[in-house]
Amino acid sequence: MIKLSDTTKDLHTRYLSVLMGPSHPAMHGTIKMDLVLDGETVVDIDIDPGYLHRGFEKECEDHRWNQIVPYTDRLNYVSAIINNVCYAMAVEKLLGISKDIPERAQWLRLILSEISRICDHCTCLAAMTMELGAFSAFLYFIKVREWFYELLESVTGARVTYSWTRIGGVRWDIPEGFEEQTKKAIEKTLPVLKEIHGLFDKNRIFLERTVGVGVISKEDAISYGITGPFLRATGFYYDVRKAHPYLFYDEVEFEVPLGENGDTYDRYLVRLLEIEQSIRIIEQGLAKLPKGPVMIEDPRLALPPKEQVYNTIEGTINHFKLIFEDIYVPAGEAYAYVESPNGELGFYIVSKGGNKPWKCRVHPPCFPIMAALGEIIKGHMVADIIPIFGSVNMIGGEMDR
Amino acid sequence: MGLETIFGESWITTKLEFFINWARKFSLFQYPFVTACCGMEYMSTMCAHYDLARFGAEFTRFTPRQADLLLVVGTVNHKLAPVLRKVYDQMCEPKWVIAFGACASTGGFYDNYAVVQGIDKIIPVDIYIPGCPPRPEMVLEAFIKLQEKIQKEKLTKNE
Amino acid sequence: MSEIVLEKLKERFGEAVLEVHSQCGDDTALIKPEALLDVMRFLKDELGFEMLMDLTAVDHLGEEPRFEVVYHLKSFSRGWRVRVKVRVPEENPEVDSLTPLWKGANWYERECHEFYGIKFRGHPDLRPLLLYPEFKGYPLRKDYPHKKRQPRIPLIKPETR
Repeated sequence: MIKLSDTTKDLHTRYLSVLMGPSHPAMHGTIKMDLVLDGETVVDIDIDPGYLHRGFEKECEDHRWNQIVPYTDRLNYVSAIINNVCYAMAVEKLLGISKDIPERAQWLRLILSEISRICDHCTCLAAMTMELGAFSAFLYFIKVREWFYELLESVTGARVTYSWTRIGGVRWDIPEGFEEQTKKAIEKTLPVLKEIHGLFDKNRIFLERTVGVGVISKEDAISYGITGPFLRATGFYYDVRKAHPYLFYDEVEFEVPLGENGDTYDRYLVRLLEIEQSIRIIEQGLAKLPKGPVMIEDPRLALPPKEQVYNTIEGTINHFKLIFEDIYVPAGEAYAYVESPNGELGFYIVSKGGNKPWKCRVHPPCFPIMAALGEIIKGHMVADIIPIFGSVNMIGGEMDR
Repeated sequence: MGLETIFGESWITTKLEFFINWARKFSLFQYPFVTACCGMEYMSTMCAHYDLARFGAEFTRFTPRQADLLLVVGTVNHKLAPVLRKVYDQMCEPKWVIAFGACASTGGFYDNYAVVQGIDKIIPVDIYIPGCPPRPEMVLEAFIKLQEKIQKEKLTKNE
Repeated sequence: MSEIVLEKLKERFGEAVLEVHSQCGDDTALIKPEALLDVMRFLKDELGFEMLMDLTAVDHLGEEPRFEVVYHLKSFSRGWRVRVKVRVPEENPEVDSLTPLWKGANWYERECHEFYGIKFRGHPDLRPLLLYPEFKGYPLRKDYPHKKRQPRIPLIKPETR
């Protein structure tokens, strides 16, 4: 394969084989990379994932439909709402009730998905810029993220893993004062983003480390199956929210930033501009939010209100059946897809008519990116691996499931 | 350290213990073995809002040889178990281990072929932090408890 | 949404297409395993399906043939999506590999092989991806027990729950 000794030169050289990972300082989760180095240049690389494989699919086959929602949270744990929403959409597609979900529930799913997207992009850029040496940017991004975590906590009760959607709607409505809190958080965020632009966009050191580093062409990206900011940074326009609008994305106005060269700098800038577009969507969503219920009114899917549970026998039996046996989904298969911050997240669900899925497959957006990473990194130096890997935003929970 | 063998169990050893433990507990160098979702709360705890640096545990040493606190954050599966054992073995005494999160303490709600049911099946653990993921305030309380535990340690070995 | 794809497939391949349906709005075609590479080449080159979105397998324990390999394809230029399925029996679960057509198929097939045991003919390097080399068995098959653990290093305490 690769010969480890070059006897044609006067001074015999050998390639050095080094392991990077699975526990390494880049806060991106565990992954091992076997590098073969010629001095500082990477000659060959073999990526070895699977150090966070937690058996998500096997667990799904053993749990009931609504019990799987907490497991979906832990897939892409930086933007957990989006996983919940995609799973709920897939099961609702199988049930055939996609059009009957109340409008308020769909708008709320949209608004909180965008807040989650901001949290994800903040975390990715925080880790990437910290590894390039800019520790202050890390603190600024995490500060911004804290404000949005407080917003999500006021709705769902948790900061990182929410388990907020149910099949047929969402669990909690937004509390009083959510809109003012969101507006305040957005007001505080915009100056921070402006400062970040000022710190990095024309920074000589940042440009030298990221421009021209980790380039991938459009054709390669499509051949590998890559979607999301990674693909958009190469200049190819594909965003699930515009191509196949779901929830109410066709009623909000936003732009999709596109890159040119497909290098690390473009990926950084695409993510930063997407944060600003998400803020636009949240403002429009809050203005258009209608009043109404947040859960479908179907006794086979939704828990009855407590007054009925405690006072009528039908309510008690309904509650009992739903808690102990959960919902029954007719036999069939469905594939639902959303735009997650890394790309197209898909859930492929096969049901045989019971109260547990027969198969629940997640299509992880960062899996094809990691498959392509080997080819991208070859030829670069070891120090270039850090910004490239930082711009990939590999989330271990999603990659390994 | 041979002073405690010269003086035995006298008041000098007790004072020495007090100062050594005081120095150790307020200068913990941590090695964050971050794997999964708890890493998000770990990041929040380290940063400005819920500052961990005010407890002395400021700098993360990214090599086990220079660290004395191993923070296992997130799920450990059987593929990762030998790596964790190796990292623990590479650390010098005195060393402490905190199991951060439900998955590190007992395996969390992943009871299947892949996940180790708690890192205490691989390495000895001092403090367990429950939660999925635990709030940053719980992490700060765990640090305070660890500091109390360190303060009570003895230099002489007579148990 | 893209039933025209199913019609073109039936027109071109006739009896290699065993079944088509559009349940829940997803257009699906079940084809014979021998025709897989030709069908995929037709879909990629002539109908413009540039991206292989996903590759997975389903274990229908109790039915014959037991395994079903599922491919999701996406066409950007025409906005179509299609799902192609192939059934393989338990005694010899083999399909053709799609690595000559799409580079991304490499890792998807490695993962499918280590979890279900399905072999991909012509794959350059079919070794485990997410599991460790000492792991024996195919965990996502329905007859692999849910909690059967295979520790890599000796544990200092027994794992009891």
